Amino acid sequence: MSQFVSMLAYGLADGAILALAALGFVLIYKATSVINFAQGEFLLVGAYMFYTAFVVLRLPLLLAVVVGVVVATVIGVLVERLILRPMIGESPISIIMVTIGLSSLLRALVQMFYGTSVKPMPKILPTGSVDILGATVPLNRLLVIVVAAVVLTAFTIFFRRSRHGIAMRAVADDQQAAMTMGISVRRIFAMAWALAGVSALIAGVLLADISAVDQNLAAFGLLVFPVVILGGLDSVPGTIVGGIIIGLLKQGTAVYWEPGLATVVPYVVLVLILLVKPYGLFGETRIERV
Amino acid sequence: MLTRAYQHSLNGSHLPDGEPLLEVDAVSLRFGGVKALTDISFTVTQGHVHAIIGPNGAGKSSMLNCISGIYHPQEGEIRLHTAAADGTRTLSTLTKLPPHRIARLRVARSFQNIELFSHLTVLENLMLGRHIHMNHSVLASMLWFGPARRQEIQHRQLVEEVIDLLQLQAYRSKPVGALAYGIQKRVELGRALCIQPALLLLDEPMAGMNAEEKEDMARYILDVHELAGVTVVLIEHDMNVVMDISDRVSVLDFGRLIADGTPDEVKADPAVIEAYLGSEEEDADVREAVEHMQRLTEEESRG
Repeated sequence: MSQFVSMLAYGLADGAILALAALGFVLIYKATSVINFAQGEFLLVGAYMFYTAFVVLRLPLLLAVVVGVVVATVIGVLVERLILRPMIGESPISIIMVTIGLSSLLRALVQMFYGTSVKPMPKILPTGSVDILGATVPLNRLLVIVVAAVVLTAFTIFFRRSRHGIAMRAVADDQQAAMTMGISVRRIFAMAWALAGVSALIAGVLLADISAVDQNLAAFGLLVFPVVILGGLDSVPGTIVGGIIIGLLKQGTAVYWEPGLATVVPYVVLVLILLVKPYGLFGETRIERV
Repeated sequence: MLTRAYQHSLNGSHLPDGEPLLEVDAVSLRFGGVKALTDISFTVTQGHVHAIIGPNGAGKSSMLNCISGIYHPQEGEIRLHTAAADGTRTLSTLTKLPPHRIARLRVARSFQNIELFSHLTVLENLMLGRHIHMNHSVLASMLWFGPARRQEIQHRQLVEEVIDLLQLQAYRSKPVGALAYGIQKRVELGRALCIQPALLLLDEPMAGMNAEEKEDMARYILDVHELAGVTVVLIEHDMNVVMDISDRVSVLDFGRLIADGTPDEVKADPAVIEAYLGSEEEDADVREAVEHMQRLTEEESRG
């Protein structure tokens, strides 16, 4: 039982971070139809930006968060403006290649400025542990789940209710009609990238806090793909369900079966889902006439 | 049904009736070597229902797309007169603006093949018509404070009036994609009205409807025009409807303007009759239009 509870806590924490990272991916795909292979690097860059503000510049925590959010927004907008906008109208393969290029570029930039060693960062979340049903569960994992749940709820309400959220959904639905409603499609694109940057930043900082500030953050970001394929490429609720399933599956495999397999399992799921339900659990089925 | 008091005026133009609102000046549009429009000029007057008619492929939709900025003509200009509430006049050249800027000048439109946000509810679709009237920032709408909240409540009142006018009450929270075709057409009209348009462009609002639905739609358009005073530019195939509700008719054929005048003038114009009779197109719409035309002229000549 205690093993199960701690597996649950670790799995949900991983899943919550994955959901946040995947949210950015889905936002970009939904609004602009770009598959962003650099989503993992967004996590990496976000965490390093926060590290710079918090540790290098010694800013207070809240201010460091604000600086991180601002920088993430700027990076998101710049990537859209300088790299993706000139690609509008190009074939999807070219755009995918560009985002793969972007991922190498971002990783290289981080290495250039910060080197490859692990950066020491004081823990933000309390490191103690609590007893739940006989299991010792680290407090920071629980708080990661709480923070991610709050952020994901906020994002979901933003999309459902606010005028900007509805405008984003409108652009995802019908760009031409959105334009005739006075919505600037370019601004919505920029907003999608900026929000993706911010959600990746939050994911990156949370992940860095429970692991470490190093290059592996980007590798964790690769897990976004099983999550979005499982949840559906264009579904916001799908990222949450997908994130939680992949997170639990990974931890469950490590605990009950074989730790080595845990790294592979998410990708086995990816392949299986593609075979059985290619649009994912919540994705929209597109039927194209050829 | 016109007795109900509406608080909000749906007409977004402050020009006095009878003044020129939209000037189409020598517009030519080409797609590669294909000439879609050649040297078209006409004027839409404030307070009119202005119909654009013509056989299939005459360039009617292209004309509308030029006005709303989806196409940019190679030659010519389209100018919109606007007046602020205090009477200050501005002249905007639409041909230089992207579609979303034209929408902000309150030029609203519907599409021939319904272009609604099919995953959104009727209410959300209509609220998007209010987009240009809301100006709070992303941050405000994320935190849902002050202006964001106040504005949305105020805009919701206008949206409710449009729902009432077009009798969409029953569908408020239904996703648009699940609604019947005729209702979707009405939602699209409603969404355009929520802009509080200075100029309303309707691309075949009655296409594909049965007689009863057509009558309803014509009624709604007339309500919008007579009750709210909105200037309407309308593309329509049904000649009865066109002749009934329009103040002015422009006729296009093969991308050229062949007639422009009152319905009576246009009906009697030999070039128009030739355009409709001369075409050997096996298109039911055209045949139907021709028959209507003939019947109308006959009735006219019999007195």
